[in-house]
Amino acid sequence: MTKTRITAVLILIAGIFLGLFAYNTEVSPDSEYKIQYGLDLSGGAHLVYEADVSDLNEGQIDPAMSTLRDNIEQRVNALGVSEPLVQVETTSITGETRYRLIVELPGVQDVDEAKEMIGEAPLLEFKLRTGNTDAAQSTTDDLFDNGTTSTSSTTAPEQDNYESTEPALTGRFVESAQLQFGGGRGATNEPVVLLNFNDEGGQIFADITRNHTGEALGVFLDGRLISSPVIQQHITGGTAQISGNFTTDEALELRDRLNLGALPVPIEVVAEQTVGATLGEAVKNQGIQAGIVGLILVSIFLIFWYRLPGIVAVAALAIYILLMLLIFKLIPVTLTAAGIAGFILSIGMAVDANILIFERIKEELGKPNASMQDVVEEGFSRAWPSIRDANISSLITAVILFYIGTTLTQGFAVTFGLGVLVSMISAITISRTFLLAVAGAERTKLKHALFAPGVRSGDEFNEHTQ
Amino acid sequence: MNVIKYKKIFLSIAGFIMAASIFCIAYFGLSFGIDFTGGSILEVTFTDERPSISATEQAIADAGVTDASVRTTGEDGYIIRSPFLEDDQRTRVMDNFRLLADGTEAKESNVSQVATTTETEPSSETAETATTSTSTVATGTVIENRFSSIGPTVGSELTRSAIYGILAVVLGIILFVTFAFRKVSEVVSSWVYGSVAIVALIHDILVPTALFAILSVTIGAQIDLLFVMALLAILGFSVNDTIVVFDRIRENLQDAIDDDTNDSFADTVGISLTQTYARSINTSITTLTVLAALYLIGGQSTELFALTLLVGVVAGTYSSIFIASPLLVKVHEWQQKE
Repeated sequence: MTKTRITAVLILIAGIFLGLFAYNTEVSPDSEYKIQYGLDLSGGAHLVYEADVSDLNEGQIDPAMSTLRDNIEQRVNALGVSEPLVQVETTSITGETRYRLIVELPGVQDVDEAKEMIGEAPLLEFKLRTGNTDAAQSTTDDLFDNGTTSTSSTTAPEQDNYESTEPALTGRFVESAQLQFGGGRGATNEPVVLLNFNDEGGQIFADITRNHTGEALGVFLDGRLISSPVIQQHITGGTAQISGNFTTDEALELRDRLNLGALPVPIEVVAEQTVGATLGEAVKNQGIQAGIVGLILVSIFLIFWYRLPGIVAVAALAIYILLMLLIFKLIPVTLTAAGIAGFILSIGMAVDANILIFERIKEELGKPNASMQDVVEEGFSRAWPSIRDANISSLITAVILFYIGTTLTQGFAVTFGLGVLVSMISAITISRTFLLAVAGAERTKLKHALFAPGVRSGDEFNEHTQ
Repeated sequence: MNVIKYKKIFLSIAGFIMAASIFCIAYFGLSFGIDFTGGSILEVTFTDERPSISATEQAIADAGVTDASVRTTGEDGYIIRSPFLEDDQRTRVMDNFRLLADGTEAKESNVSQVATTTETEPSSETAETATTSTSTVATGTVIENRFSSIGPTVGSELTRSAIYGILAVVLGIILFVTFAFRKVSEVVSSWVYGSVAIVALIHDILVPTALFAILSVTIGAQIDLLFVMALLAILGFSVNDTIVVFDRIRENLQDAIDDDTNDSFADTVGISLTQTYARSINTSITTLTVLAALYLIGGQSTELFALTLLVGVVAGTYSSIFIASPLLVKVHEWQQKE
C-alpha cells in the first residue's frame, strides 16, 4: 500500500519533470529537441521528381540514383535552405519499378527559382551520328592525340540523326570540369571546357573512340547538340574537351554547372506541394488550439462522470500527452496537419482504456465482500482482455495506414499508432498505480460515492439479498 | 432498452440507413480529388477585395489553362482546381492574378514590370519610367497560399494503395477477430464474429461516404487521401467498439459454461450489451468531444477530415451496439433452424 503510494508520487514528480522538459525545449531558442513541424505547417515546398532510368540497365540504376541524390543535394544546399531533405524512393505499386527523388525545402521563399536550380541542371550526353557521315565530316575538325577532342561549332546539325552509344556515355561519368583557353586549333583564345571522366567513363570513351573511329560523336547539352567532332583515333586518356563557340561567361557557367554535378539521368516533377509560411503557421496554431480545447472538455467530462477515478484519468491523460511529446521530440517525429489530427483523435481514444477499467471497477463495487484493493485489481484484470484486443486491432489499422500514406499523411498513422500504444501502456501502469494509491484498503461509503456514484455498495447489496 | 428483443427493428433501421447511403452515393456520385485523378490545386488569397469569379476564370483561361474550376475559400481567397499544371502555366496564372489584384489596368501594370526589370541599368530614361509607374501601382496583391500538384502516375498509384489499404484493414480485422474469438466457437463459430464485425464495418464506411456524396454536390467536397485515412481510422474505432462487446460476450459465455447455467445465447448477448453500453457511449463522447474541437477550431485543412471522423464515430458506435450484436443472435437463430 505505502509502496504503491510512493510509486504514485514518484510518477507525478516524473510527470512534472516531463512537463518542464517539454516546456523548456520549446521556449529555448536553440534547443535541438524542439518539435519539428512538417512542410504543410511550417511552410515550404515538397517536390517529387521521377527519374527516367529507361536508358540504364539493372546494375546501373542504384549507383545512378545515388549520384543523382548527391548532385541534387549539392544544388539544394546552394539554395541556402535550412535543413533540406533529399531522398531516393522507389515504388512498384503499379507493377513496374519507378525511381523517385523526394526533395523537401522548408521555408523556401521562391519555389520557382528553387525548381530551376534543381531541375534545370545540365544533362550531358555523347551520341554517335548515324547515317550520312560525309555531312558531319564537312562541319567538324579533328581529335588530338593527346587524349582530348576538340571541336568547333557545327552548322545547324540534324539532332535526330544521333543515337546513344552502348553503354551510354553521359555526364554521370564526368568527375570534374575545367575551363581552358585556346584549346581549339586556330582560334587560340577560344574558351573550352575540359572534362575529366572517371575510370568507368574513361573506359567507355576509349571503347567508343576505338570502335567508331571516323564517325562523328555528338555532344548534347540538355538535349541540344552543341558540337559534333569526328573521332580521329583511339583515345585512352580519359579526358575530353568541348568547344562550342562559347563566350567566356557561357563556358564558365557550363563548367560550374558540370562541377555542381551533371545529372546522370533526366528527371521531371511528378508531384508537388507548396505551402505558404503564413498559412502553415495558422493551420498549426488552430490545430494546437483544437487539441487544448478538446483536452479540457474531455477532462471536464471525465471528472464530472467518474469523480475520483476521473481525476486519476485526467492525471494519467496529462502524463500520456507529455510522454507523447517526449517521443515526438526524441525520435523525432515530424508533425504534419494530419499528424496533429491523429494526436488529437488519440487523446479521445486514450481514455478508452481508463473508461473500460472504471466501468469494471463500478461493477466490482456492486459485488459484496472485497477490499478496495481487490476491487481495483479485479477491475483491471477483467478489463485487460478487452483493452488488449481492441488496441491490437487499432495497431493493425495504424500499421496499414502507415504503408499506404504519403509523407504528409503518414503523420496521422504515426501519431495515431504511437498514441494507441502509449495509452495502453500508460493505462495499465500509471492509471493502475494511481487508482490503487487513492483506493486505500477499507471500503467506505465515501469511497463508494467517489468511485461509483449511483452504484449500491457491496454491504448494502449483502443486506438486501439476505 | 432491450436491443436483442427488438433486434428486428434495429436491424431494419440499419438496413434502411445502409440502403439510403447507397442511394445517396449512386444518386449524387462521388467526386475524386487530385490525389487519385492527378491534377493541381492552387489556393490564393487576395490582399484587397477579391475579383469576381468570372474575372478569375477569365484570368485562368487567358493563361492557357482549360478545365479549371474556381471556388471561394475564406473571406478573400479562391481555390482553383485544374488538370496537372506545368510550371510555366502556373507562373502565367499567378502573373494574371497579380494583374487582377492590382486593380489597375493590365497595361499600366506591364509598364511597372518593365520598369522593375530594367532598373538595374541606371539610364535616365528607365529611371523616369520607374518613377511614373510607382504612382500607378496599386497596393493589392495576391498571395499563393498553397499549391499541390499530382501527376497522373502518382495519382493512379495512390488510388491503388488506397484500395489495397482498405482491403488490408478489412482482411486484417476479420482475421484478428476470428483469431481472438477462436476459443468461443462452441455456440457460434468464430468466423461468424469476424463476418458480423465486417457487416458493421460496411455500415460505418457507407455512412460517411454517403455524407461525402452529398457534400460533393453542396460544397464541392472531393475524396482525397485524407478521407481514405479517416475511413480507415473509423474502421479501427468501430471494430474496437465491436470487439469490446464481443469480448464481454466471450467472457459471459465462458462464465455460463463454467457455472452450467441455462441462459440462452440471446440472453447472454443481451446481458453483455447492457454491461458495455456505458463504456461504448462514454468513449464515443470523449472521442466526439475532441473531434468536435478539431472540426470547429482545428482549421480548414483538417475540417472535412474531422467531420468524416465525427460521422463515422457516431455510425461506429451505433453499429457496434445495434448491428453487430443483434446480427450475431440472428445468425445464431438461422443456424439453429437448419
